[in-house]
Amino acid sequence: MSNRKINLPWLLKMAWRDGKASISRLMLFMASIILGIAAVVSIQLFSANLKDNIKKQSKSLMGADFIIDSRNKPSKKVQAIIDSLQPAANEVNFVSMAAFPKNDGTKLVKVRAIKGNFPFYGKLATAPLTAAAQYQKKGGALVDATLLLQYNLKPGDSIKLGKVIFPITGSLKSIPGTTAISSSIAPTVLIPYRFLEQTQLIQLGSRKEYQYFFKAPNMDLEVLDQKIDPILDDNNADLDTHTSTSRRLGRRYDNVGRFLNLVAFIALLLGCVGIASSVHIYIKEKLKNVAVLKCLGVSRKQSFLIYLLQIIGIGLVGGIIGAGIGTALQFAFPYILQDFLPFDVVVSITLQPIFMGIVLGIFMSVLFALLPLLGTWYVSPLEVLRTSEENAQKPRKARIFTLLAIVLFVFLFSFWMLKSAVNGFAFTIGIVITFAIMAGVSSLFMKLIKKWFPTNWSFTKRQSILNLYRPNNQTMVLVLAIGLGTFLISTLYFTKDILLAKTSLENKKNDANIILMDVQSQQETALLQSFKSKGLEVIDNIPIITMRMHSIRGKSVNDIRKDTTIQMRKWMLNREFRVTYRDVLSDTEELMSGNWTGTVEKGKPISISVADNVARDANLKVGDEIVFNIQGVLMKTIVGSIRKVDWGSMKVNFSIVFPKGVLENAPKFNVITTYVANKESSAVLQRDLVQNFPSVTILDLRQVFTIVEDIIDKVSWIINFMAFFSIITGLIVLIGSVRNSKYQRIKESVLLRTLGAKSKQIYQITAYEYIFLGLLGSFIGILLSLVSSQLLAVFLFKEPFVPSIIPFLVLVPGITFLVFIIGLSNLNTVLKSPPLEVLRKEM
Amino acid sequence: MSKILKINDLEKTYTSGSKNLTVISNISFEVEQGSIFSIVGPSGSGKTTLLGLCAGLDYPTSGTVELCGTALQDLNEDKRAELRNKEVGFIFQNFQLLPTLTALENVIVPLELQGEKNATKIGTELLTKVGLQDRLYHYPSQLSGGEQQRVALARAFSNKPSILFADEPTGNLDEETGEKVIQLLFELNKEAGTTLVIITHDLDLANRTQQILRLKGGKIIANEKLVSEHEQ
Repeated sequence: MSNRKINLPWLLKMAWRDGKASISRLMLFMASIILGIAAVVSIQLFSANLKDNIKKQSKSLMGADFIIDSRNKPSKKVQAIIDSLQPAANEVNFVSMAAFPKNDGTKLVKVRAIKGNFPFYGKLATAPLTAAAQYQKKGGALVDATLLLQYNLKPGDSIKLGKVIFPITGSLKSIPGTTAISSSIAPTVLIPYRFLEQTQLIQLGSRKEYQYFFKAPNMDLEVLDQKIDPILDDNNADLDTHTSTSRRLGRRYDNVGRFLNLVAFIALLLGCVGIASSVHIYIKEKLKNVAVLKCLGVSRKQSFLIYLLQIIGIGLVGGIIGAGIGTALQFAFPYILQDFLPFDVVVSITLQPIFMGIVLGIFMSVLFALLPLLGTWYVSPLEVLRTSEENAQKPRKARIFTLLAIVLFVFLFSFWMLKSAVNGFAFTIGIVITFAIMAGVSSLFMKLIKKWFPTNWSFTKRQSILNLYRPNNQTMVLVLAIGLGTFLISTLYFTKDILLAKTSLENKKNDANIILMDVQSQQETALLQSFKSKGLEVIDNIPIITMRMHSIRGKSVNDIRKDTTIQMRKWMLNREFRVTYRDVLSDTEELMSGNWTGTVEKGKPISISVADNVARDANLKVGDEIVFNIQGVLMKTIVGSIRKVDWGSMKVNFSIVFPKGVLENAPKFNVITTYVANKESSAVLQRDLVQNFPSVTILDLRQVFTIVEDIIDKVSWIINFMAFFSIITGLIVLIGSVRNSKYQRIKESVLLRTLGAKSKQIYQITAYEYIFLGLLGSFIGILLSLVSSQLLAVFLFKEPFVPSIIPFLVLVPGITFLVFIIGLSNLNTVLKSPPLEVLRKEM
Repeated sequence: MSKILKINDLEKTYTSGSKNLTVISNISFEVEQGSIFSIVGPSGSGKTTLLGLCAGLDYPTSGTVELCGTALQDLNEDKRAELRNKEVGFIFQNFQLLPTLTALENVIVPLELQGEKNATKIGTELLTKVGLQDRLYHYPSQLSGGEQQRVALARAFSNKPSILFADEPTGNLDEETGEKVIQLLFELNKEAGTTLVIITHDLDLANRTQQILRLKGGKIIANEKLVSEHEQ
């Protein structure tokens, strides 16, 4: 090694001199970095903001320091705890029908009957502003602002809930802890607690929640949680502190976060592919210059450093611009996600993601440029006198070391983005395998066409085929760039499909579209009579009995709860199951194991059917014994069968189904469904039902479909917006790679031109070459993305994956066409100018 | 006079698959400091291979090269580069200017490598000397062949080399331009007192040097001392 000192200012000067003349070639390279870094920085900044906001606003998100809630009236033990802690407010909430006397409208709403001055933190945003403070005193209702708009109501009008008509004191814009989406099916109505009894809406079986709000700013909530939560759990109640709620809320956005991280990860990987392919061709062009520099006395280290500094410079500028765009972009997220967030996100700039973005820009540029950069180290000055392929070979050790460093980077980066070593490892292995398959396929492709060269093809076709495997070919580089680009884009497309997978919202004729819930036994006959008089057909009349599990396989649920060695998801131990009985499977169910028992025979055990998710979570098998507590009466049953239930269907589905002949005499209520032909008839029916059966809850599926579609549209928009980001990066990388390949082919094209080739012939040679490369790359890319998407669906998102045909129909021809067009556009300078001029200008 | 280049029993063999191809063998000669030396021979006679070995751009299969008193076989790639920067200048048939650098930047690269503070001034003077004072900031692609070779001349002399290797310096130029470049080369050489090693198949040019080494089939067929126009 030379003893000469590294003259950094001179190296920088040389890097700048050389770089400024190649600026157009470096722009696309820089664009890859910019987009990749912009995606990472914006998403990281937003995630940091989201976490920060949740943490800071944790009290106002909940409205209290802690809450004790229960699905039933608190037991004596729970009530004693509640009393000792002295709640500052409490509420009972439930879903019910509301009627609007002004226009005879009806709507399913979530009623929150509140006692006390809730919320203690954050505020009820109302119009007029004073309404929040006055509704309790005035005995009025605060009604969801969108609901008022939909029904053309305003403060001063009235709302009827059960037997009570409330004046509307104000419109409710927001309440701590509620999102626009979560309140869209059943908008919130707040009423003073003292009127609850009079509404007569609390009936047997109706779903309700009792909540007690506490204000205790100085209390150690961790200690409280450890002390009373186990007792509350045993008594079917629960403690939520503002800290645990904010943690849970943070986790709720994990899936969104995972997808956004995946988008950023893919954008960045695409950027890396762009860097690697651009620099590969760029440095190949520069090797002759390096040989000249070495002739002039530049050392290996110096020549390497000149181009390394150039890459660092581009990485730095790209990183800064990318971080700038990322920072600007994250101001858009609160608007894009506003319907999904239960709070306003205050955007603040933290330096860490910006700094990370810039460092990442430099680091990824250097790392992915390292392999081609090694060429500058090993190029011989003899290249000046004659070109030798052997001299450009890089030693095996250096190449392996660089490749290992790249793999390590991909792993560390995916670990950082996905916060899971296992997922990061799986991702890295996936990328390595994908890369290896693509390299293998392109190498095999070259060997195959060499072996079975179509000698009888026309001159132009033969030339283009020759271009695919002869020295100086670009098959491997472009198949990798096109293939990986397509692979990542279509993986993202399929992932988007996985996330947006939805049940068909088509409402087939004669399928039930009105569901009446909580129909009490004493109301059933009158209600069925009323249907008959209106000519409505009862499609389903489903009896529902509420019960809890008392013991499983002979062990009481209380013992199971305390036993930490039992592998079981314990949610069902506290759950009040809503169970039905019938003798047939419904069309949304499929028997997985065991035998279906329709009717129980006297003296035989009661054989029930359990949904597969319950069986899985409770570790239940056919033949296991479960004892249920049905409103004080214990009933022994046997798991007779396990069913797969299509929970996505808009039907009334059950976790547990009993056979006929057991529960007929148990206290029950019914769910009745019917089909109503149009919106108007539905409105008339609902008005009539609210008038005569105020405690019955009506679910109008037509309305729900509209709301769900609206939600899905909003989710789609966000996911598409983010996916678009990566897809644009992918396209820029593709354009960059193909555009840079121009310099590989220009000399041959000019020589052919000099030898008298017509424009058409040169166009044809180039066109066929790029079409072959485009087809091969995009097709392999899509095939591999099918595999990766399936793996993502199973292991990361835990959702089913049904591949769409669209990527095959759009991406393969689209990307091939793009490659073909850019390839042909590369020829314009060659064909429009005299050959010598082109050589002097371009080479 | 002392010898600036000593070649002893040089051989270069290339291996292609299982076949060996000996390009030059049994080459021994010496070049006196300050002299003008030419190597001539038909295409494929091994002239360029010999130049590469003499200048330390390549490694011989056997034999030794001593350049400016330094045995090249003892030097690694970077030490050779350092030696080239201090002692050697090059002129190539196809100019080999760096396409991304201007004429002036091309000329001053060797000076800057040596840490010369007045590189720009010296470079400008050299380019003025070769008649390109108006082309300082032009890129190679904006210059004619003759102009590019004149930039290469200025670059070759910029580091005041002890020895200058010129590989077919007029090979890519028309006769008139070629003659102008040679005149300039000889003038600059005389002024700087540099040793000049020219590779050419132009016998007229060779006859204007002080010593001619004739190669054929990779072997020396003659080593003649002449009285050149410079000594007359």
